[in-house]
Amino acid sequence: MSYDRILNTTAAWLLALFWLLPLAYAIWTAFHPAAFETRFEPLAPLTLQNFVQAWSEAPFARYFLNTMILVTGIVAAQFTLCTLAAFAFARFEFRGKGLMFALVLMQLLIMPDILIVENYRTMSQLGLIDTIAAIGLPYVASAFGIFLLRQTFMTVPKELDDAARVEGCSYLGILWRVYIPLAKPTFLAYGLVSVSHHWNNFVWPLIVTNSVETRPLTVGLSIFAVTDSGIQWSVINAATLMTSGPLLIAFLLFQRQFVQSFMRAGIK
Amino acid sequence: MFANFLKTASVAALATVASLNPAYAVDLEFYFPVAVGGAAADTIEQLTAEYAQANPDVNITAIYAGSYSDAGQKALTAARGGTPPQLSVLLSTQMFALIDEDVIVPFDDYLSEEEKADWIGGFYPSFMENSQTGGKTYGIPFQRSTPVLYWNKEAFKAAGLDPDVAPANWDEMVEMGKALTLKDDAGNVTQWGVRIPSAGFPYWLFQGLSTPAGAILANSDGNKVNFNDAKVVEALEYLVDLSKTHEIMQPGSIEWGPTPKAFFEGEAAMVWTTTGNLTNMRNNAPFDFGVAMLPAKERRGAPTGGGNFYLFKDSSDEQKEAAVDFVQWITAPEQAATWSIATGYIAPRAETWETDKMKAYAADFPPALVARDQLEFAVAELSTFENGKVTQAFNDALAAAIAGEMTAQQALDEAQAKAERILKPYQ
Amino acid sequence: METARRQWIYAWLMLSPAMALLILFTHYPAVQTIVNSFYSTPRGRRKAVWIGLDNYQTLILDDVFWKVLMNNFWYAVWTIPLSILLSLAMALWVNDKIRGRGFLRMAYFTPTVLPLIAVANIWLFFYTPGFGLIDQIRGLFGLAEQNWMGSPDTALYSMIAVAIWKEAGFFMIFYLAALQTIPPSLREAADIEGASRWYYFRRVLFPLLMPTTLFVSINAVINSFRLVDHIFVMTEGGPNNASSLLLFYIYEVAFDYWDTAYAATLTVVMIAILILLAIGQFFLFDRKVHYK
Repeated sequence: MSYDRILNTTAAWLLALFWLLPLAYAIWTAFHPAAFETRFEPLAPLTLQNFVQAWSEAPFARYFLNTMILVTGIVAAQFTLCTLAAFAFARFEFRGKGLMFALVLMQLLIMPDILIVENYRTMSQLGLIDTIAAIGLPYVASAFGIFLLRQTFMTVPKELDDAARVEGCSYLGILWRVYIPLAKPTFLAYGLVSVSHHWNNFVWPLIVTNSVETRPLTVGLSIFAVTDSGIQWSVINAATLMTSGPLLIAFLLFQRQFVQSFMRAGIK
Repeated sequence: MFANFLKTASVAALATVASLNPAYAVDLEFYFPVAVGGAAADTIEQLTAEYAQANPDVNITAIYAGSYSDAGQKALTAARGGTPPQLSVLLSTQMFALIDEDVIVPFDDYLSEEEKADWIGGFYPSFMENSQTGGKTYGIPFQRSTPVLYWNKEAFKAAGLDPDVAPANWDEMVEMGKALTLKDDAGNVTQWGVRIPSAGFPYWLFQGLSTPAGAILANSDGNKVNFNDAKVVEALEYLVDLSKTHEIMQPGSIEWGPTPKAFFEGEAAMVWTTTGNLTNMRNNAPFDFGVAMLPAKERRGAPTGGGNFYLFKDSSDEQKEAAVDFVQWITAPEQAATWSIATGYIAPRAETWETDKMKAYAADFPPALVARDQLEFAVAELSTFENGKVTQAFNDALAAAIAGEMTAQQALDEAQAKAERILKPYQ
Repeated sequence: METARRQWIYAWLMLSPAMALLILFTHYPAVQTIVNSFYSTPRGRRKAVWIGLDNYQTLILDDVFWKVLMNNFWYAVWTIPLSILLSLAMALWVNDKIRGRGFLRMAYFTPTVLPLIAVANIWLFFYTPGFGLIDQIRGLFGLAEQNWMGSPDTALYSMIAVAIWKEAGFFMIFYLAALQTIPPSLREAADIEGASRWYYFRRVLFPLLMPTTLFVSINAVINSFRLVDHIFVMTEGGPNNASSLLLFYIYEVAFDYWDTAYAATLTVVMIAILILLAIGQFFLFDRKVHYK
């Protein structure tokens, strides 16, 4: 092995260990009694008590379910709406197209996250405060999604499109049979961005939710963690692990396939 | 059960529920925040269920609304939207802001003269300071606390101090702090003498210094502050000097969250924090510890803290009367004792401490009495109109002085000027 | 021109659901925000009244605003390039046949699945003076404890480090995907020519990665305004606003101080900055990216 190679490998490993520290600490505290939150003795006794406590003190199963409903709902709605809009932009000529596209692009910058005050007002006028729909709605028509999909759709050769037309396909049929299959990697890439965003999103859901039935995990975890009696890392981290574990394990299992199908997305 | 009920507690659903019940049924909704962990929410729901059972003509729904700040924001928004809860437990310091928003009404109109004297008069006067203004009672103390000093008896013994005596005044705290501050061979501190958390909202524990110094931060009309009073300056200089001159406290802002842990780990031998921590300390401290009132200067003194019941404006008289009845019930001795023992909040009426439950609790755990006894010396928590902004200006000044960016005098002068500008329309 | 007409109808049918939601939750609130910034905050019986530029005057005189703005500037200046550079390095490493590649990928990716609001508590422990992880390690070397979050000099940088940790692994995925589309033959050709690794990176890889860099940097810019979750848990913007950021301040003003008009004014400033940045970004990248 060359000197250069050793140096790179070492650096990569050091960085990885550093990156893993928070997870490692979460695992350490979650499986040990609270007294070992700050002491790292290899022979410290193991326990599952923290998980039991976290599970009994807050409805994490419900929070997890809420997040799942939220994320799948948003992604499904985004895919549908953004695909239709992107197809319109990529495939049709119509009056006002330029203006409409500019209006869409505006949302790339003025993302819903910064319009929390006004959107809260709108939601309360619509009577949607404290619903899962209210958490998702502002994000459903995503400029980012429309933009990405339009770029992909524009690379679809016109000949494929025409051939399908000749065979008597409707526009929706063409979209479904020609465009969407070719754009699979883009859907995957965009889906990842979207899932990761909404899995982590905190401020907006904090504002619009009031109850156990609607709170996503992030808000549930934050309410759970904030108490007068100080931070109880062992229990909080047990809760964090319980709720992030499934996603982490899924990534571990599927990371190879994931990256491979992802690479074909060719974000451009 | 209850959780499911919450879901349907929209106006429409409530209307349906009402129509299914006897004509005289009253619907009540109340928001409550919890700052002491999951068990407290269960206790509230349990008490509410008990009340509902005894009063079948009242449909009462308790809604856990998250932190104090969340609950305040949610109640206000609901009120602005015309669908307020009839009752809500919110920070006692939000009284002026809620009056300013015109969303709450005083309790007085729904009480007889007798009730006013006996019931209102039965609360500890220091809790009422944050609950009354202009001769009216807007808040009924419920989940209230006060800061106390916890000390590590083993560390005291090791430092050659009497483990059963806490510092009684400022000078003693410095002296003992010096004995308790330990360094290793390299000169690095391994144990601090004292820890007074100051991150986030330093003003609250700081009132545990400014009050003994003889200063009152705001008037009872909520439109004037005395941030740069000489005594406030003196208190801030003392706080800064704990780190700077005496070197017995960690320099910089000190977080609240890790404070109990810092105490357990021996990182600090004395800590100031809320009585809301009593149960946690009792269960987890690996050593014998004591609880004392905050040390005195000119006098003893501490702020109160926590939440009050507020009565919201936009509801029928019938609902308001039912709401007042519920508040009277839940603050009655038996219920208040259950609540206090479960959470560590101070039972807000003297008579509660006469119940057998409470007596047994106090006998078993005497430190619980320290907080109650301190109430005699306690004052209102800082609260004014535009409370968020005014308090933030003060917090920023304290943080600037603690960080050494400004002298105590400069920082407080600035805060005073800012606060006066904000409060001008209210004078 | 029957088809043109039909196209027009189809296009609008397909566009309208997305446009309706966009207008309702982006354009309408954005316009409303601007309008509200010219009114006072309604309080109780006092209705909102037109006050012209008063809110903007307050803003100019608000030293907290200026401080928060500067903080956000530094937050962006550090998090954007550092997270991009690190993510690129990570991607180059795990794209190679490096020892333990699967493990490394997983390690870099973990921050993406751990919600920031939850790990903020863990970082808070790392930074805690005395018994916190960093100070325990420093203690091994005989160094004194350090109050990372409690000192105005280090509070913001402590927040920046957490943000970079959170972002870099996520961006890595995009670089990794792009790297895998680059044919190995390019590398072989470069080797035959005797080009150094650095030369190959600078002249071949980096230009090919440009579209990804644009994509990632847009995300990084947006995140530098949006990623404030950890501030809620760790410092609440303190001490003395040393670690407060624009979005966090907007939240405080709107939902703690209940001053919605001033929050609207702050939001207008944020929108203006984002628009300026977008224009700048397009100029910067315009000629360097081979956009389709």
